[in-house]
Amino acid sequence: MTLEELLALAKAEQEKKAKNAKSINVCVAAGCLSSRSDAVKTALSKELRAKGLEKTCQVKGVGCLGLCSMGPLAVTEPNGKFYQNLNEADAAEVVASLDTEPPARIKCDGEVAFFKRQKKIVLENSGMIDAEKIEEYIGTRGYEGLLRSITESNPQSVIEKITKSGLRGRGGGGYPTGLKWSTVAKANGSKKYVICNADEGDPGAFMDRSVLEGDPHRIIEGMAIAAYAVGASHGYIYVRAEYPLAVKRLKLAIKQAESKGLLGKNIGRTQFSFDIDIRLGAGAFVCGEETALIASIEGKRGQPTPRPPYPAEKGLWDCPTLINNVETFANISTIIRNGAEWFASIGTEKSKGTKVFALAGRVANTGLVEVPMGITLREIIFDIGGGIPDGKKFKAVQTGGPSGGCIPEQFLDMPVDYDSLAKVGSIMGSGGMIIMDETSCMVDVAKYFMEFCMTESCGKCVPCRVGTTQMHAILEKITTGVATPKDLELLEELCVFVRDMSLCGLGITSPNPVLSTLKYFKNEYTDHIEHKKCTAGVCHMKNPQGVLA
Amino acid sequence: MTPPLATVPLILTLTIDGQEVGAREGQTIFEVAKENNIPIPALCNLEGLPNLGACRLCVVEVKGARRLLPACATNVSEGMEVSTTNEKLQKYRKMVLELLFAERNHTCSVCVSNGRCELQGQAQAQGMDHVHVPYLFPKQLVDASHPKFVADHNRCILCQRCVRVCDEIEGAHTWDVMGRGINSKVITDMFEPWGLSESCTHCGKCVQVCPTGALFEKGKSVAEMVKKRQFLPYLNTMRKYHE
Repeated sequence: MTLEELLALAKAEQEKKAKNAKSINVCVAAGCLSSRSDAVKTALSKELRAKGLEKTCQVKGVGCLGLCSMGPLAVTEPNGKFYQNLNEADAAEVVASLDTEPPARIKCDGEVAFFKRQKKIVLENSGMIDAEKIEEYIGTRGYEGLLRSITESNPQSVIEKITKSGLRGRGGGGYPTGLKWSTVAKANGSKKYVICNADEGDPGAFMDRSVLEGDPHRIIEGMAIAAYAVGASHGYIYVRAEYPLAVKRLKLAIKQAESKGLLGKNIGRTQFSFDIDIRLGAGAFVCGEETALIASIEGKRGQPTPRPPYPAEKGLWDCPTLINNVETFANISTIIRNGAEWFASIGTEKSKGTKVFALAGRVANTGLVEVPMGITLREIIFDIGGGIPDGKKFKAVQTGGPSGGCIPEQFLDMPVDYDSLAKVGSIMGSGGMIIMDETSCMVDVAKYFMEFCMTESCGKCVPCRVGTTQMHAILEKITTGVATPKDLELLEELCVFVRDMSLCGLGITSPNPVLSTLKYFKNEYTDHIEHKKCTAGVCHMKNPQGVLA
Repeated sequence: MTPPLATVPLILTLTIDGQEVGAREGQTIFEVAKENNIPIPALCNLEGLPNLGACRLCVVEVKGARRLLPACATNVSEGMEVSTTNEKLQKYRKMVLELLFAERNHTCSVCVSNGRCELQGQAQAQGMDHVHVPYLFPKQLVDASHPKFVADHNRCILCQRCVRVCDEIEGAHTWDVMGRGINSKVITDMFEPWGLSESCTHCGKCVQVCPTGALFEKGKSVAEMVKKRQFLPYLNTMRKYHE
């Protein structure tokens, strides 16, 4: 398909949409699907047919609408009314209220801060288009960025655009994307690869899954643009096998893109060819680390190798390899379409664009949000998230999963960007955000993450393999009230040792939850050790004060 | 006839512990230090086997680098300033050894490799006089099913030398690693008794490269196991000759 054909198809699609004005978009991403949104969707179609409205109003299965705690969700087009907590029996009421207000019981206020304060780039199509139809993606100007890049631009200017936009890697590290691309482009080698890291493994994080389920073509387009820019002809999407729906939709999307000539040989009838294969992860967290991920794709045991050499120089099968996260690729097509300046105008000086977060824990609105960089933690948690439920008091927010840290209340007005988060001892991470109130014990939280790192350590290097085990044992002692001040000293010593000595990011960052809680909540550690007391009432002390003491 | 430019390695100069040394491009810090008689401790690294970078004993400080780097897996570069020993490195190396001693059940006094064990030797060299992390005392098996050799997992430090020598030099790939983290374990074939392994060629290379008494010849008693590694330099020389 050439650019002209694509634009014609996009126009036809938009006209079709305008004609068939009404639609009910039901979320069929994994969250709502688990509360049977598929049955709701079927019931709605049936109801429309029964009322003879199927010609004027269609039912669409769409990607994540965000407010997962209220699922199954649906939104109507064009008037944008939100429905929540739907079940099959509600179909008649939804159809009956299409032109009026939704009944209070299932109405979800679309005007609240949760929806209004967000800024959607990565998720712009989630909740709008049917992920299983390539035409709908094309209708939103999809693949235009790709075809324009390969026909009207050269690889160098594509990289320049990405560099200018200021986009940084969304997997957690925040490495400048343009710089990464230009390194791979400059690397010697006739064969190069592009890999999409979709091995999302942080506890409570589901940003990448939602993008893959709701808008898979966006990732394919982003990867193809990257491939053109760096000179690659083959790509892999490394996605965890625990995401069957994402895998299914990706496979379908790849097939559709190939049949339209937007992927595979001679894309857009040019000389540029690029194809994508899917590789499934076997449930190892460490395979999200780029060198372990490459080993896994090569069919080896998923263990990291020392860097340098970096994958950009010597990656998959020793060829120069570009690895970016799902969310990074999801930004690409929009940057190409709307320009680097537009993207750079969003966010802060050093962190551009938006970031998707998965809100979880003790917050009223749990779900998926996309916010501009530089927004404060307070705005995310209290305005968008709706604050702490049950009149409880905020205690800390954990970002960056097992590699991140716990941020206490005094930093709530800090802007959310890579550098500010790093300054307070946490990281941006891939976007997990767990909110904790006074009922959480910080030592217990640190223990939870340490246990995660211990069981997910690959076992290759000594500091991570044995160090995490030893640290976890000490935390176990503290939370059961049998630790001594000496144990705390050893814990601190081990934290620094494991951070400085481990081979890969998993080990290097594994002490972060402990280090940050030690920094801001040291009193809780001493309460456990000296007074054998857990203020939050989470830990069961083996040796309560006064007994056997 | 001159060979194409790309195949001529560049000659570099760098300093290791203040000493100026010359090196070829592509050599590791470890190799260059060894050539110049500057000792860097190591356990997983063994000349003739591919690098792993797992034991972290050979970490060195490189001026300008953000992190400590494993000497065995870091290539030299022009003007590099390496220091192989200082108080921090010393402390960290001791900690690596302590963690290894605490990880499994290393009882030197009853070990076939007592007095010849690389773990024991490194502990002595690094001045590790006691272990101040708690011992984990895991339950580990001893596999004596092989007619010639024994695998005692109590003494294994997971350096993967056996895995590498079996795969890269013998070409049998009998050994591999199973499990994750602290539950990692070297296994033969698909976790079958070594004696039942159909891929094992009984060559014994794994036994000879093993740094501790984890793999040893049957019939050896305390302190009797002498590891014979002459085949490695020989194979290396032959390999270089063929290149």
